[in-house]
Order: sequence, then C-alpha cells, then structure tokens
Amino acid sequence: MIAPIFELSLEQLVADIKKGQISAKSVMNAVYQNIEKHNASLNVFRSLLDKSRALAWAESIDAKVKNGESLGRLAGIPVTIKDNICILDTELKTTCGSKILENFHAPYHATVVEKLIKEDALVIGKTNMDEFAMGSSTENSAYAATRNPWDLERVPGGSSGAAAVSIAARMALLALGSDTGGSIRQPASMCGVTGIKPTYGVVSRYGLVAYGSSLDQIGCFAKSAEDCALGLSVIQGYDERDSTSAQVNYEEGLSEIDLSQLKFCLPLEYIDEKVADAEVIASVKELVSLLKKSGATIEERSLPLTQHLVPTYYILAFAEASSNLGRFDGIRYGSRKQNGDTLESLYKTSRSSGFGTEVKRRIMLGTFVLSAGYYDQYYGKAGKVRKMIENEVESLFTEFDFIIGPVSPFPAFKLGEKTEDPLLMYLADIYSVLANLTRTPAISIPTKLSASGLPIGTQLIGRKFQDAYLLSTAVAIQKLTDYHKVRAPQFKG
Amino acid sequence: MKFEPVIGLEIHTQLATASKIFCRCSTQYGALPNSNTCPVCLGLPGVLPVLNKKVLEFAVRLGLATHCTIRLDSQFSRKNYFYPDLPKAYQISQFDRPICENGWLDIEVGGKTKRIGITRIHMEEDAGKLIHDEEGGDSSYVDLNRAGVPLLEIVSEPDFRSAEEAKAYMEKIHSLVTYLEISDGDMEKGNLRCDANVSIRLSGEEKFGTRTETKNINSFRFVQQAIAYEIERQTEEVLDGREITQETRLWNADKKVTYSMRSKEEAHDYRYFPDPDLPVAHLSQQWVDSIQAQLPELPDAKQQRFVVDYGLRHEDAGRLVSDRAVADYYEEVLTAESDPKLAFNWVAVELGRVVNETKKSIREIGVPPLQLSQLIGMIADGSISGKIAKTVFEEMLRSGEAPRQIVEAKGLRQVSDPGALDKIAEEIIAKNPDQVQQYREGKSKVFGFFVGQVMKASKGQANPQIVNQLLKEKLDA
Repeated sequence: MIAPIFELSLEQLVADIKKGQISAKSVMNAVYQNIEKHNASLNVFRSLLDKSRALAWAESIDAKVKNGESLGRLAGIPVTIKDNICILDTELKTTCGSKILENFHAPYHATVVEKLIKEDALVIGKTNMDEFAMGSSTENSAYAATRNPWDLERVPGGSSGAAAVSIAARMALLALGSDTGGSIRQPASMCGVTGIKPTYGVVSRYGLVAYGSSLDQIGCFAKSAEDCALGLSVIQGYDERDSTSAQVNYEEGLSEIDLSQLKFCLPLEYIDEKVADAEVIASVKELVSLLKKSGATIEERSLPLTQHLVPTYYILAFAEASSNLGRFDGIRYGSRKQNGDTLESLYKTSRSSGFGTEVKRRIMLGTFVLSAGYYDQYYGKAGKVRKMIENEVESLFTEFDFIIGPVSPFPAFKLGEKTEDPLLMYLADIYSVLANLTRTPAISIPTKLSASGLPIGTQLIGRKFQDAYLLSTAVAIQKLTDYHKVRAPQFKG
Repeated sequence: MKFEPVIGLEIHTQLATASKIFCRCSTQYGALPNSNTCPVCLGLPGVLPVLNKKVLEFAVRLGLATHCTIRLDSQFSRKNYFYPDLPKAYQISQFDRPICENGWLDIEVGGKTKRIGITRIHMEEDAGKLIHDEEGGDSSYVDLNRAGVPLLEIVSEPDFRSAEEAKAYMEKIHSLVTYLEISDGDMEKGNLRCDANVSIRLSGEEKFGTRTETKNINSFRFVQQAIAYEIERQTEEVLDGREITQETRLWNADKKVTYSMRSKEEAHDYRYFPDPDLPVAHLSQQWVDSIQAQLPELPDAKQQRFVVDYGLRHEDAGRLVSDRAVADYYEEVLTAESDPKLAFNWVAVELGRVVNETKKSIREIGVPPLQLSQLIGMIADGSISGKIAKTVFEEMLRSGEAPRQIVEAKGLRQVSDPGALDKIAEEIIAKNPDQVQQYREGKSKVFGFFVGQVMKASKGQANPQIVNQLLKEKLDA
C-alpha cells in the first residue's frame, strides 16, 4: 500500500522509517511514481536526481536503520528545493529559471541545504520558478511554465509555483521555496497546500540567490501546518554567514492553542470586493465564522496604508534586484555571449540574451529609482513608507495576535491571462507584500474550493519571531477544517 | 595674473588585517592568482558579506588619531558599476553615513605648521586586479586575490595650496597608519594610493575653479609631480584662454604627465544605496573610549617630547619621528644613557644613510640598538675617537659583531696613556729637527705636522687632545 505514506504526518512517517516499519525506499518509490507519471504535464523540475541514485540514497537510510544508527529529524524524507537555492551536486543545477545560469552548478551548499542533509533529508530535485523569482505565475521561467495540478490550463502561482506543485502532486513531502512578496504563500493558496514565509532573519539566506535582499526569505511548503513546522524547525537558526540572520531562540515546538483566547484583525481593505473575487472574500469570511464559533475575537479594522503597499514593495524590490543582478555579467560564470570585441559588448550581449523580459523590466526600473536625482523621490521615500507601515503593523500587534485575510485576490488564473499586463500581475501581490515589508511571519492555509473546483487559501500574519505561535495556531485551525486534506482530483495516488 | 592652486586628496590605505573585510580569505600579498578566494569574495550567486570587526577597530583608531567624530551607527552602501575586477558589480563602501567625519591633521612645510581638514574616513573593499596579456595577445585575466581586502578612504578638505603641502600630508598619513599599526604602509605593494583633486583660481578669488581628479597615484614623489604638472597645465590652459574640463585623469610616471581618462559626461552614476545585507554597524561609546585609551603616542606628541626631554632641535626630532621604527630604535639606543645629540647623529645620519643605500628597514640592517649605544658610549668616554668609531661601525655592518669586540680584536682602543704617547712624541721630535727649528722660529703651522705624525705612528689611536697637550709642552719648553 502506497497511500498511507501520504496520509501520515511527516513526524509520524519519519518515526515509522526510523523504526523500520516503512522503508525510505518505498517512500522514494512512491514520489518517483508520481514524478514519472505527472512531471511531463506539470513541468515541476529544473533538475532531478536520477531515480536509481535517489533510491540508492534511500536504501542507505534503510541500511542505517537496520544497523541501529541514529538518524536525523527528516530521515528518508524526499525534499525539493527551489532553483534559486544553491546546492553542490553533479546533477542538480542552480539556474534560477534563467538562461543566464543555464549550466550553472553552484560550488557550495546553501545553509538550508546543509541543515536538510544533516537531518538526513533527501534532496531529490530543483523546482521550476519565475526567472530570479520575478513573477506571480511561474510563467516567467525561461524553461516553460509550470502548470497547476487542479487545472492544467491554469498557473500554479509563483514565483515558487513548482515547489507548491511538488507538494500538491506528492512528488515530495517537503518543499523549500523563497518568498519576497508572496512567492510561497500565493502558490500555496493556488495549489491547495500549506506554505509559510517565516520572520525575516529566522532562516539563513546564505545560498539563496538574492532578488530583493531586505525582503527575501526562505520558507517551506507541505501538506499541513504541522509538517511545515517540522520543516521550519530544521531549516531555521542563526547563521554566522548571514549578517541579517536573527540571534533569537526560535521555539521549535508546537504548542496547544486555545482559539477562544485569540484576537484577529481583519483589515477592511482586504475584503474589498472591488479588489478581490467574491469567492476569495467568502473563503476568509467562512474561516472567520468558524473561528468565532471557537470563541475567537475578530475585529474589522481599516489599514489605510494598504494602498501604498504594492508601489512601496516594487520600488524597494526592483532597486535591490537591479544591484543584486549586476553580477551576472558573463565574465566568471553563466552564459557569455559576445558581439564585437569590446568589454561593453560582452556585457550587453550576455545580459540582453541571458535575461528574460520581466527581469530586464525590473532591472531597468530598479536602476531608474536609484538614479541620481530620483533617489529621494522613489527609493528614499519608499524606505520611509516602509518604516511607517512597520510602525503601523507593530502597533496593531499590541492589540491583536494575528492579521487574517486573503492571500491573493483571485484563485489560479489561466496561463497567458495576465502576461500582457505586468501591472495587473503586480496587483496579485496586494495582500502578501505586507509580511515582507514588515518582516513578519505569514502562512497560507487552504480554506475553500471555488465553485469551479480551485483551491483558495487564507493568510494569517503573526508577530515578528512568533513563527511557532503562528504555526501552532494554523495547526489548531486545520483541526477545524479539512481543506488541506483535499487533493487535486487527477493527482491522487 | 597670479594663480593659486586649490588641492584636495583622497587617500586609500590598505589595512593590515589577516583576513578580508567580508570573508575569511587571507589578505596575503603575492599569492598565486585567485588562490585567496572563496564564494563570498568571488561574488558567486547567493553569498552574503559578514563584516570583519578588526576593520571597524582600525577605522576608529585612525579616526581618533585624526580628531574625527566617530559615528556610532555607521552604514555600508553599495556603489554600483560594472568592471571585470568587481565580481558583484558593486563595491561595498560607505556613502552618507561614514564611520569618521570632521577631523584634522597638522602638516609642516618650510618650517610652518598648517592644519588640514579631514572631511571623512570610510571603510570599503578593494577590487581585484586585471592582468593584461603580456605577449601582445588580446586577452585579459582577472585575479581576485585583492578583491575584498579592506581599505580606508581618507578624504581631505580642499585645504592644500601647493604640491609640497599635499606630499607632506600624504607622508603624514603614511606615518600615522604605521604608528597606529593599521597598515603596513608598503608603497611598493600599493598599500597607500591617492587621488588628487586640483583646480586653480586667481589669487584673492573666493570661488573654486573647475577641478580635475588625477587617480591612483602611488608614491609621495608622484603625488608632488602629478599635482605640480596639473597646476602648470591648468595655468597654461587658462592663460591660453581655454576652459578647464572637469574630468578624471591618470598620471603617467614615465612621461611625467597626466592624461585624460574620462570626462564628466562619461562619469558613472554609482546609484549608492544602503546595503541590505549588512545591518547598521552599532558601536558603543565605551568601546570607542577604550580604543582611544589604547592609542600609541603619535608623531606630533613624540616630536614634542624629543625636543623637551632630549634637547633635540625641532627639525631633528621630526626627522626621527616620521618613521615609528626609527623613533623606537632611537629611544632604545638612549636606554643605555647615550648622549641624545650624539645618538641622533648616529641614528639619523649614519644609520639613515645605510637605510637609504640598502633600502632595508632600520631593524633589518643588523645593528642592534644596544650595540650602537655601546659604540656611542666608547666615543663619549674617550675609548675611541669619532673617526675610529666610523671604522668600527663599518665593521659592525659587515660582521655583525659588537663594537667592544671589534675594538679589542683589532686593537683600535684610543691611546690616552701619557706615558705611551710621551715616548712617541719624543721620537717624532728627535726625528725632525728641521721642523722643530721652524716651529721655534715662529711657524706655528708646523704644529699640525707633529700632531699628524704622532697620530700616524699610533695608527690613529692616540687621543688627539692628549697628543696636543704633550707636544705643546715639549715644543714650547
């Protein structure tokens, strides 16, 4: 029987593997069966371990179990990582979904990869993404779009779309993604899985190819908040190689939450029908009434700074990106193209042919907002607005435990539907960028299926460094709902 | 028409930390190309900088020594531009919140002291090096060993009015960074490089003229020559009725000219912004105070003390203190109670000559301070004459032996025993009756002849004062 493997909690599965009741090899076989069946139609992997190598690796875990050796907290668990997280491997590349890194093999492990390996997780592949994490649909990958398992004509969200799909289609049991403006939560919502963006600084960014350095954060996807908690407990922690890494003791363990003691803030701007689909608002309201039934307090509140979130986010992210992506110049690594024999032509040709349209757009806008004469007007001002938003949210958290609201204004949309209008695509981030700008932890949990059968998630945003509290609350909520257990119809197996 | 030059300097000094500013790679000079590198200083995708705390400490040391205000919340910024020696396509530097600001430094030119304002001192990383194909090919190679080596950039106010002042200032900065032990100050290895901003204006005019910036000057002599050239060039331009173009220039040391590198229109927009990878560098006043307390005695104070304590002339003291190693050496010579002025001559003049000739440092010459002190003591107590001392000194340099041993082994001790000298004097007088006659007839010049003969007979070891006295007694008798 394969099915029980995917029904068990990660913690239970690891315990069973360690006891020898379930073999790591059978788990690996089960995920590869899904990969072999569905990867061609979904386009999840940018690079993938050869099955025989993955199985041999799983067998080595089983051998250790047999020999009574002690094993880590993710022993035998197949994990995918987004293609912007560096891993030193002969088969697994780090392309960031870009042509400019088409054949790039990182010469070092990201800190999170070291932590996964230390706990005996098995990293089997790199997931597709919008180029350099710039996008909300995974259509911006230089290597074809990833598709949504709930409807192959639709996008999985982005930029960590394929990471979400790897969980939704059970091609892995834990997936690492990165979230700069919603890139974990939005695809989690669109694919019916759970995804957390931790507090900025809780997970080391060392080895994550930077997009917007002050906003980027690695997080994880799994089939439940409980599984996400185990994943986060492994990858979190202070890292001396990341100066923005936090020196706090993360409470690893989940705690029992009494929902009746909690106070949620529901921002009025987040349930504005002019912005969000009615079904999305309904999803939030249904969860709200469920929480009320459990005795929780929910208060509607206006967050007037909401209108500034998207412009502030994009100015900061593009500016940082324009600088971060300067290093891809064709000199030391990545693709080099030359037309003529000057240094300038090498730069221009390599970057023009190596980067996709959206990346170029963001580099140019980012360069503009940092330019002499425009800095104060754009980047400088955006920094000040960010500070104001941070203060506003901080004061809100003196009254409330969580902010509750939608993740995305709409469920998964059709491929190509928004590619012609970048501004429309940017607006998809309206509810998600708040957590990045304020460096707070936020989670997306599945809370509804639309009339057309598409998953819709709800977002909870917590206080800084209270990631465990946020996850514990999500676990409590998932005891009230079953949406996280609902699988895409064609991909059960 | 009389013109006045207005000059400001930006000096880059390479810090003598063991590891680079943002990673743990060695800063060792001369290693195989790209051997002192790691993912961080190679600027690979995904890497992050971590500040080497030693760099902060060194910056604060120099800031305090130059009377700057130390910023307790300084910040790093990115300076964005493309060049193959800059692997991230941005240099991590400081922009609007540098660590040190508003300081000053006194220089001395032509016996006059002048106070030069220091606008700011900031921390930054060095770039790598491009090596162009030497066999005439069109390839260039990138060596990133130097990428990430820590630098301090010291920006002066436009306070210099001559090339000499600028040179004196650069020498003073060199002296300071070595006193503070924050840089090796090795000019040959590019430890100290400078950019000179030069403009001219009519004497009495308040407004600054258009300036040029001459970049990457790496010696004291060149800074003086390059600035002097720029003043002359700009003066000629103006006299010929042409405008000065604001531009970046380079110094050609072979042709002794500056030449244009790029004009203002081609100047970069560096798009500085705070580096999101590096949090604000918070310092406590207490920590800054503890560094202040640990600062060594600096050149100006030392010079003053040498004048007061040792009775040296101001210029002589200045000559000793400009190099901390020389000043320390001098004081070690003095510990054995040598005469300070005699010691100055031996350290600054005699050893100074050897330092210049051999290009070695004073410690590398192989004359320990106590041996020099011994030599000076032997002159002072009359054991040897000043002239013999020079012979002994040469031998010390050659063999590394102690002066006392040399004097004993070669029998160079000065003869001051009147009995021994009396015998020689008698013999000389007896051998030269004609000269005795002449002397007694009033030709007093002949006296020197007798002294010379006695010295010669004693192989130079006779104590000249006693010889004089003896001869006078005998000839005048």
